[in-house]
Amino acid sequence: MATRSTALEEHPSAQPPGSGRSEERSLLTGSEIVCRALEDEGVETVFGYPGGAVIPLYDALPKAGFHHVLVRFEQWAALAAEGYARATGKPGVCLVTSGPGATNLVTGLADAMLDSIPIIAITGQVIQPLIGRDAFQEVDITGITLPVTKHNYLVNRIEDLAPTIREAFHIATTGRPGPVLIDIPKTLFLQKHPYTPAQTVHRRGYQPTSVPNIRQVRLAANAIATARRPLVMAGHGIMLSGATDLFRQFVEKTGIPVAHTLLGLGSFPESHPLGLGLMGMHGHKHVNDALDECDLLLNIGARFDDRATGQVSGFAPNAFVVHVDVDPAEIGKNVHTDVPVVGDAAEVLRLLIPEVEQEHRDDWLAWIDSRRDRALDEALEERPAWPEPYTIIKAIAEATDGEAVVTTDVGQHQMWAAQHYGFDHPDRWITSGGLGTMGFGLPSAIGAKIGRPDREVWAIIGDGGFQMSCNELATAVQENLDINIAVINNGYLGMVRQWQDLFHAKNYSEVKIGAPDFEKLAEAYGITGITVRTDAEIRPAIDRARAIRGPVLIDFVIEPEANVWPIVPPGAANSGMLHQQRYEG
Amino acid sequence: MKNRHTLSVLVEDHPGVLNRVVSLLRRRSFNIDSITVGHSEQPGVSRMTIVVLGRDQEVEQAGKQLYKLMEVLKVTDVTPLNCIAHELALIKVAAKSQTRSEILQIAQIYNARVVDASPTTLLIEATGPEEQVDGLLNMLKAFGIRELVRTGPVAMMRGTSTVGVKEGPRPDRELAVAGNGTVAISN
Ligand SMILES: Cc1cc2nc3c(=O)[nH]c(=O)nc-3n(C[C@H](O)[C@H](O)[C@H](O)COP(=O)(O)OP(=O)(O)OC[C@H]3O[C@@H](n4cnc5c(N)ncnc54)[C@H](O)[C@@H]3O)c2cc1C
Ligand SMILES: Cc1ncc(C[n+]2csc(CCOP(=O)(O)OP(=O)(O)O)c2C)c(N)n1
Ligand SMILES: [Mg+2]
Repeated sequence: MATRSTALEEHPSAQPPGSGRSEERSLLTGSEIVCRALEDEGVETVFGYPGGAVIPLYDALPKAGFHHVLVRFEQWAALAAEGYARATGKPGVCLVTSGPGATNLVTGLADAMLDSIPIIAITGQVIQPLIGRDAFQEVDITGITLPVTKHNYLVNRIEDLAPTIREAFHIATTGRPGPVLIDIPKTLFLQKHPYTPAQTVHRRGYQPTSVPNIRQVRLAANAIATARRPLVMAGHGIMLSGATDLFRQFVEKTGIPVAHTLLGLGSFPESHPLGLGLMGMHGHKHVNDALDECDLLLNIGARFDDRATGQVSGFAPNAFVVHVDVDPAEIGKNVHTDVPVVGDAAEVLRLLIPEVEQEHRDDWLAWIDSRRDRALDEALEERPAWPEPYTIIKAIAEATDGEAVVTTDVGQHQMWAAQHYGFDHPDRWITSGGLGTMGFGLPSAIGAKIGRPDREVWAIIGDGGFQMSCNELATAVQENLDINIAVINNGYLGMVRQWQDLFHAKNYSEVKIGAPDFEKLAEAYGITGITVRTDAEIRPAIDRARAIRGPVLIDFVIEPEANVWPIVPPGAANSGMLHQQRYEG
Repeated sequence: MKNRHTLSVLVEDHPGVLNRVVSLLRRRSFNIDSITVGHSEQPGVSRMTIVVLGRDQEVEQAGKQLYKLMEVLKVTDVTPLNCIAHELALIKVAAKSQTRSEILQIAQIYNARVVDASPTTLLIEATGPEEQVDGLLNMLKAFGIRELVRTGPVAMMRGTSTVGVKEGPRPDRELAVAGNGTVAISN
């Protein structure tokens, strides 16, 4: 090879371009083109699982410039890609075979779609002559995933491969981010074509708005100038936009307190006097009270999800509403909006900050503070003997200085973590908000750790959800990932049990869930397992886990019927939230 | 209040685009009254005319959702605009020798043409506003309608205005609000 290329350079006229051997040399297989295109997008890691339709692509992987992580179930490949994306801000990539491999991705794509996470899914498809004939492992994955992807493609020609991949990354990461799927028939992996690095993307039908209309920004500024009890509803969009620094400037200048949506946690420090923490169904009492009382609600990058708003007619009933969102379809979709501002949060804040006055709002802040529920803090003083969920979360927060990346599964433990970890930084809180996908905790922690090996990663998981994806322990071991897994073990599908407790007369139907001995399970995977049964063991177990390199599992056995407080009953307004009557000690 | 809305939708002429549009409207619980697709004056661009039933605000939301499809170039709710909306109907009506001339007269009143005949039927082609076709059908009912096919309307604005897309950034300002500005869109 080497001699031949030297000969060519010395005698460029010996072989005109496009003729014979030189063309042969510049041709890549479809598989190699996929790898090259991914490399050109800066992809470092791909989460995947092989199978018939992608065997030719896997043939090219050993030479590819990125690392392939072999998961144990395709759904977790999608969620690992999400964890990677949420921790790094870069798109995550997953790769699976046709048929069952592809359908196993669907939940992961829906999760990414609802939470606006940029992931790229590559699926193999049966060879072209067999498409449409119910061939072995053929499914219409572009048809199936139409409503759960931002866009999807079935690539028909090898010359379209590289440009399609380029366009897919562009679409996934710009405007309102989201998942994009590329379905590639096996035929194309085997064909050959020259690789031209793809050019900049231009699509007539895709021109997301990023710079807002200055008139709308001024209307927002006017509303702020005249408001007496303004409140910011801080959403995920602030972090998707990379606008946390600008947002902090804005909040500190205007003195407006910040209520966080579940996915907005981390957009503004909770430890800051103006950072209030979680709003909505399981929001803190003073935050939901502030929503009730505010005369201006400035939503930045949140989509007014029903878990955040409660019954819409009772949501922020006295407020003039300003809504900043990059997606025009979110404006007025759920909540009536007085001043829409369509644009990227960072661009909007850049224009808005000079338009607003420096202010202090001591009376308003004092009022909000007076609405805090002190009962919980008091209760926590007299710590019960068994591990109490709030105590566990607070102990992890203390041990990690609030600096860890925390992933969760879905359920009570998720809400306890959201309420009590105290998020001060973006990209540290990784949770499934919109779809509430059980099984999310472990694979997303794997993706997050691979994306940010420099960060400490804690996965806080319920005993139910852990049993959905604990097979990924093998992946964590194979990749030798230093992650800490805290199973909050109540022996129940706790969140469902809580609803049955409160809203279905304690009829505990199918929520008691058995489990293996998690400590032994950990050992079976060759990792350290620790069981914690008393309050006194909490912190030592956490410290031990942190000291061990590689995956560690702590099984926190908690009071089986502990509930998440407060809670807004389904269908009620946030003002109708239920509080803990007395400490269940 | 729910109203019938006529949307003119310009889309890139790609495989699967009709499926994307229809699937999106179904997912958002829209009832499609009629839908027509065909070429537009621009190569590579198809034009759909979609008639849906919905509240003004819902239809506006549908328009904004449609804009999320990569293939959708322009959505205009032409309902309140000064436009021509015509459909085509083919009607096979029973005709005996005694009734044939009466049917022909009725067809004439409605500017419809007879395009085929048999000893027992007449095939009538009618074009015009939906109400006009409804009127014709109403008159023909008594004779016995054997078969009917209607296209649903296609629509175009009167005068010099067009719904065409210009090259360049998508005019997000015009976000489907033509006519029902319930929520002002800022860009
Ligand atoms: C068990 C459970 C309980 C829950 N309880 C609660 C609760 O108590 N409170 C709560 O709030 N949520 C709760 N949720 C989560 C809830 O379902 C939603 O996921 C969450 O409220 C959505 O937050 P968000 O709107 O900030 O984020 P997203 O849903 O991610 O929305 C982000 C918004 O930002 C916009 N955006 C994206 N990029 C940009 C940009 N560059 N600039 C500007 N805007 C942009 C998007 O268009 C979108 O409108 C719960 C979920 C579960 C599973
Ligand atoms: C895939 C999936 N199936 C079902 C649910 C419904 N669900 C929500 S929370 C929950 C209970 C979770 O139990 P566990 O993992 O033990 O967490 P806990 O609530 O006990 O902390 C269930 C079943 C879901 N969110 N996702
Ligand atoms: Mg549980």
